Formats: sequence, C-alpha cells, structure tokens
Amino acid sequence: MKYQTQKLAYPYFIAAMGLFVAQVLGGVIAGTIYVFPNFLSELLPFNIIRMIHTNTLIVWLLIGFFGAAYFLLPEETETEIHSPKLAWIQFWMFLLGAAATVVGYLFHIHEGREFLEQPLWFKIDIVIIALMFMYNISMTLYKGKKTAVGIILVTGLWGLTVFFLFAFYNPDNLSLDKMYWWYVIHLWVEGVWELILAAILGFLLIKITGVDREVIEKWLYVIVGLALFSGLLGTGHHYYWIGTPGYWQWLGSIFSALEVFPFLAMVIFSFYVVKKSSRNHPNKAALLWVLGCTVLSFFGAGVWGFMHTLAPINYYSHGTQITASHGHLAFYGAYVMINLAIITYAMPHLRGQQPYNQTLNMWSFWITSSGMCFMTFTLTAAGVLQTHLQRVLGMDFMEVQEQIALFYWMRLGAGIMVVVGVILFVYATFSRGKEEQAIAS
Amino acid sequence: MSEGMTKTAARNIFFGGTIFFFVIFVSLTVQSHLYIVNESTDTATLTESVARGKRVWEKHSCINCHTIFGEGAYFAPELGKVWIKFGGDEDAEAGAEGLKAWMEAMPTGIEGRRQMPQFNLTDRDHADLAAFFEWISRIDTQNWPPTPDDE
Repeated sequence: MKYQTQKLAYPYFIAAMGLFVAQVLGGVIAGTIYVFPNFLSELLPFNIIRMIHTNTLIVWLLIGFFGAAYFLLPEETETEIHSPKLAWIQFWMFLLGAAATVVGYLFHIHEGREFLEQPLWFKIDIVIIALMFMYNISMTLYKGKKTAVGIILVTGLWGLTVFFLFAFYNPDNLSLDKMYWWYVIHLWVEGVWELILAAILGFLLIKITGVDREVIEKWLYVIVGLALFSGLLGTGHHYYWIGTPGYWQWLGSIFSALEVFPFLAMVIFSFYVVKKSSRNHPNKAALLWVLGCTVLSFFGAGVWGFMHTLAPINYYSHGTQITASHGHLAFYGAYVMINLAIITYAMPHLRGQQPYNQTLNMWSFWITSSGMCFMTFTLTAAGVLQTHLQRVLGMDFMEVQEQIALFYWMRLGAGIMVVVGVILFVYATFSRGKEEQAIAS
Repeated sequence: MSEGMTKTAARNIFFGGTIFFFVIFVSLTVQSHLYIVNESTDTATLTESVARGKRVWEKHSCINCHTIFGEGAYFAPELGKVWIKFGGDEDAEAGAEGLKAWMEAMPTGIEGRRQMPQFNLTDRDHADLAAFFEWISRIDTQNWPPTPDDE
C-alpha cells in the first residue's frame, strides 16, 4: 500500500461485509415466509423483513463504494485523502444511522415508499454524509492527478448524491410520486452506479493485468458513455403503466433494450484486457471476482433485463416474479460482485497480510454465484408461470401463488446456499491460508 | 472498436452525449408531468382525504407486500384497481365497507396461508385509504393490468 489514507477503506469494508451477512440472513427469513407463511407472521411481518433485506443491501453497497473510493483514489490521484478525520466521522454517522434505522424497522418506524423507507432524519443524515464524502474526495481529486478512473468515479458519486435529493419529494399524486421516485431508483442503479462500477473495474484491471492505462481508460469512457446514453432515456421502461404518456412505450423499449450494450462491452473489454495481460498477479481470487462480475452483470442486468423490457412483453410480465429474478441477479452480478472484487483485492493490502486464503475465497465465489444463478432460474420459472396463469388466463393471485409454490422451495434452497457462500467469504477474508506467495503491491 | 479514437475524444463524447440525453430526458419529464397533471390523473378530485389515504398506505409500508401499478413486493396482490375489485366503482359505500371489513378480519391465522397483519386503522384511516384507492383506480394506466377483474 503506497498511501497511508488508503487504510480508511478498512473499517468501511468490514462494515460492508457485516451488513452483507445481515442482508442475506434477512433474505433467507423472507424466503422462509414464502414457504411457511405463518413463520414470524406476528413478530416480523413480511413487509418489515423485506425492508430490512433491501435497505441493508443498499447501505452495504454504498459503504462498499465509499471504502472503494478511499482505497483507490489515493493511488489514482497519487495523493493522500484530503481529510481522514472527515472520513471517520462520515463512517460512524453512516453506520450508526443505518443501524438505528434498521432497528427502528423492527418497531415499525419507517416511511412507506419502496427502498426509500428510511425515516426523514436518516435521509437527512445520508445527505450530510454524502456531502462530507463528496467534499473529501473531490478535494483529493482536485489536488492530485486526474485519471479517467478518478474522474469517472467522482462523477458517478456526485450523480448518486444529486439524484438522492429526489427522495425528499413525495407528491400526493401517485403518478407524479412514481415518476420522480425513479429519478432515485433507476438513475442510481441503471445510471450513475454504473459509472462507479466501471471505475472500480478499470482500477482493478489496471492493477491486476498491468495493461496500459491509456487502452483501459479509453474503453472506460466508451462503456460509461453507452451506459448513460441508453440508461437515461431507458428510464422510460418504468414509465409504461404508471399514468405517464404512451410514447414512453416506444422510447423506453428502444433505449432500455440498448442498456445491454454497456454490460456486453464490459465483458468483452475485461476478457480482452486479461488476455493481453503480461503480469502474473498473485491475487487470482480478485481476478475471478472481476471477471465473474462482468459476466453475471451482463446476464443479470443485461439479458434478464432485456427479457422483460419491451413494452408488449412487459404489459404481461410487469409486477411478477420475473422482476424479482432480474432484480436479484442484476444487483448480485453488478454491485455485489464489484464490491467483493475490490474487497478481495484490497484486504491483503489493508491487513498487511502476505499469505492469503485464496482457495477458500474462490470456493465462496462459486458457491455464492451458483446459489444466485439457481435462485434466478427458479424465480424466472415461477415468473413465467405466474405471468401466464395470472395475466393471460386471468387466474386469481393467491391461486397462482399456490401453483408456483414448488419454485419458492427451490429458491429457499438457493438462498441457504448463498448464505453459506457469504459466510465463507467473510471467513476467508479474515483467515490465513496455505498459500505463502507474496502479494505484489 | 475505438482504435482511431483518442482518450480525450472518448471523454468529450461521454460528457457531451450525457448532457445531450439528460436534457432530452428532463424535457420529456416536464412534458410527462404536465400530462399527468392535466390528462391521466384527475387532480380536481385529489382531496385532502386522498392525500391522507396515501399517507396511511405509506405509514404501514403496504408496498413491501403488495404492488401498486405493478411496483412493490410481489408477496401479496396488486392493488391499483382494488377499488373496482371490491365494487366501489358501482357502489362506493359498499366498496369502502368491503375494504374495511377485509382489513379488520386480518390476520386470518389460517395455517399455510399468507398473513396480512392487523393494522388497527381508525375509521378515518379506513375512509381515507378507500378515497386513495378510489382516486388511483381512475388513473389512466394505458390499460394495465391486463385482466383487472381477476386480480
């Protein structure tokens, strides 16, 4: 590790992994309620456990992004982080706020818009944290060398901060509410988060493969260009049936179909760069997560997104388990995996640890990823059946749910597999392995 | 794919193109905003009661089991047109009573059935929620969902 302030990433990554474990445990409880509907139904109703599942996901991904920024920006800008103190204050404000919020959910203290259920004080807390963070990393970038990785990362994080402000606008008119709600949700995950993803991906590929920065950075601009040129108007695929004009069915279908291409470009780019690599980097596990990330985000976000994005298809599939299948693999492939990739890469540096349990980490890659793929397949099958029975034949919702119960059992099995993989990942990260090879810095 | 392009050119295309598409997107949002206010929703009847009903909907995090216009969790039925399902479009009083009776009967406690919690709504909450469901049932959703009668 070349810069002292890179150490700031350490608490962030630890907190991220802790919340990750909480998130998947919440998922298993939710999956259990699907097959045993009376399970915890008084103590922990489904709506509460689902909020915990989705909100811990969002929070740990954000903490991971913050940690990634603190880890990679000093190396990119060739300067220390502007204010380590601010980074520590930000860390505790976020972690304690998030913990209090999640505990509050157990006591039914929450707001009521999906994914934005955080109470108002925590939303304000998030804005203050984000502004502290943006000041800190913007100053770092301003003082230091401005590489494409740094510029794209900071641009993405600014976008994240700005679009979150729409979380404060909640009009009484449900259609307006929904339209601007997507300014946070869609413009985050199908917009500016892709910039953060691409920047971390670029950084890791430069470090791991040793391929010329000029080549990688040019690709990065092409990828993030494709992401936003398609993704901005691609928001239209959420504007089909919520009271917005009919032309979104055309615009949304065309542009969201193009959202496949940035993910396709990432796959081609990463494999091309690895093939050109002249360096034999010892952290094979990090490379595995990087390549896995591009492949599964292509399938989860790209292919599974395309599957139901065209308006004539979405008319029938909208609001079924198809969406759930896409949501799970897209979040896992893109944002979970890029976080696990940077954590896998950074942890040996942060812990000053030469021997590193890579075999176990790679096992966790295969177990977690297989579990997520299997979960996606079962939910897809459930969703296709549901779409046909409910939307084409017109059967009642609950009757249909009984018809597809088998798939919920399989999904629970897949979920348990994911939990095993995640716990293994955490264990691998903090244990020493047999490998004695030195980790090149 | 970009052999002839320099990094600076790629960067300029990225920033220029992003601004271009963002301006289009914001313009269409403005147009859609006006469309919602003037055409697809009946803003004249968006009363205090409807607005309060939306707060009731939010306060109990209904969206984390149900969907509304297809958005939400997929654990419990879609409620965008629940007002019509309960016959509220033909007999408003019966519709409101039906919804209230349904929610007051929860949870059923039947083994193996999904359980809706008891939210202990006041009479006013029930009336507001019904007003909210009535109002949203008239939003022009481009004929979605496909089979509203059976949802």
